[in-house]
Amino acid sequence: MRFLKKMKNNLFSSFSQRINIIEQCKKYGIPVWQCPQFLFLLMGCVIIVTSVTIYLIGSHYIEDPEVIVLLVLFLATFLLAMAFVIVHSFEKLAETNRLKSEFVSIVSHQIRSPLTNLKWIVELLMSGILGKIEEKQTEYFKILKENLERMQELVSELLTVSRIEATKLVFKKEEFSMENLVRDLVAEFKPIAKSSNIKINMDLEKNAPKVFTDPFQILQVIENLLYNAIRYMNFATDPVQKDKEREINIKVYHKNSNIIFEIMDNGIGIPKEDQKYIFQKFFRADNVRRYQTNGSGLGLYISKSIIERSGGKIGFESREGVGTTFWFKLPISPK
Amino acid sequence: MPKTILFIEDESAMQKTVGAIIQKEGYNMISALDGDLGIKLAKEMRPDLILLDLVLPKRDGFDVLRSLKQEEQTKSIPIIVLTNLGEMENIDKAIELGATTYLVKSDYSLKEIIEKIKKTVDGSLI
Repeated sequence: MRFLKKMKNNLFSSFSQRINIIEQCKKYGIPVWQCPQFLFLLMGCVIIVTSVTIYLIGSHYIEDPEVIVLLVLFLATFLLAMAFVIVHSFEKLAETNRLKSEFVSIVSHQIRSPLTNLKWIVELLMSGILGKIEEKQTEYFKILKENLERMQELVSELLTVSRIEATKLVFKKEEFSMENLVRDLVAEFKPIAKSSNIKINMDLEKNAPKVFTDPFQILQVIENLLYNAIRYMNFATDPVQKDKEREINIKVYHKNSNIIFEIMDNGIGIPKEDQKYIFQKFFRADNVRRYQTNGSGLGLYISKSIIERSGGKIGFESREGVGTTFWFKLPISPK
Repeated sequence: MPKTILFIEDESAMQKTVGAIIQKEGYNMISALDGDLGIKLAKEMRPDLILLDLVLPKRDGFDVLRSLKQEEQTKSIPIIVLTNLGEMENIDKAIELGATTYLVKSDYSLKEIIEKIKKTVDGSLI
């Protein structure tokens, strides 16, 4: 008796799980209207409505009831077959999407773990706690550590790109001041800029209106743009360019209903023929690849996705051998 | 008497690396390679701090965290979640379950992790 009751409960629970469309759709991570279960239900309703309509119209114009029944049956069968094919295709797409997200999430964690282990072991060895390290050994440990950090960064970027494409990038929106965000970040970058003999100038509008989006994501964008500006300036080998005052100018101001962020460098610039590809995934301009073989080519793609997701726009102006200005604008907070 | 840190982490390489520096800083370290052993040791040894990974065999880290925060003997022990899972939903869930701090391993150097551990175990981050 208890066994029958348990079986009944299991069947009921399984049945209610299956008819709970919202729960079923959630596991795919896609909108409800793309979800195979929802589509199946929708097609079912279409079949019923079409069958009833054909029957009503048929009974007006056709005398023989058998013909009407055959017509309705034929149409219903045809629509059912079509529905099955459509829903099955969507189910395959949805499942592929879910597996892809799961795969990237699992793989990135599985790669991150040994990478972190290796990085920390190198740091432990370099600290001297486990014994004295020779100078020559330190040099190679440094190279090892840098390369491990590069791999970590690449894995993080790939994970971010995957989340962007699965529309799963989480935004924790809040109101914040761009002026404060930029000021704090530039303070962190000043030592790096100083070591490259680059001066960072800021012209930040005081008490500019706030924006309403995820400050952590915007910070990533500014960090990426600032890092690129410093890198492009360091690539400059042309004597005329090298002699120029090495400066990066940052501006934040409001115009109409937007806050504008601009960053200007006088680095190597972007070749005209490469400019239309600059926001594409994995794209790296020829002149950058000449100087630096590493780099994922994902930073600007991620930055563009974040800005657009925040309701803003990003762009740039550049001349090879002269410099580049990247800008983005974000809507002012409605609050 | 030196303070005790319990590290619940299934990767022995991570146990060894973090353990070496924790012991160098003058703390006692207890290792647990899975959640069940971790909970058992937490109840018996009453450490001053627990470092908890989230991806564990048999029982996941969230479950372990929940149990530790429900048990009378362990609920007041500060817990630092130390993991490579960086998603916001995991961070929110861990903090909701009572974690004191959530640290994504790949975001920090070993030195920075140790500083945060020292601040928590010495009381200033609680």
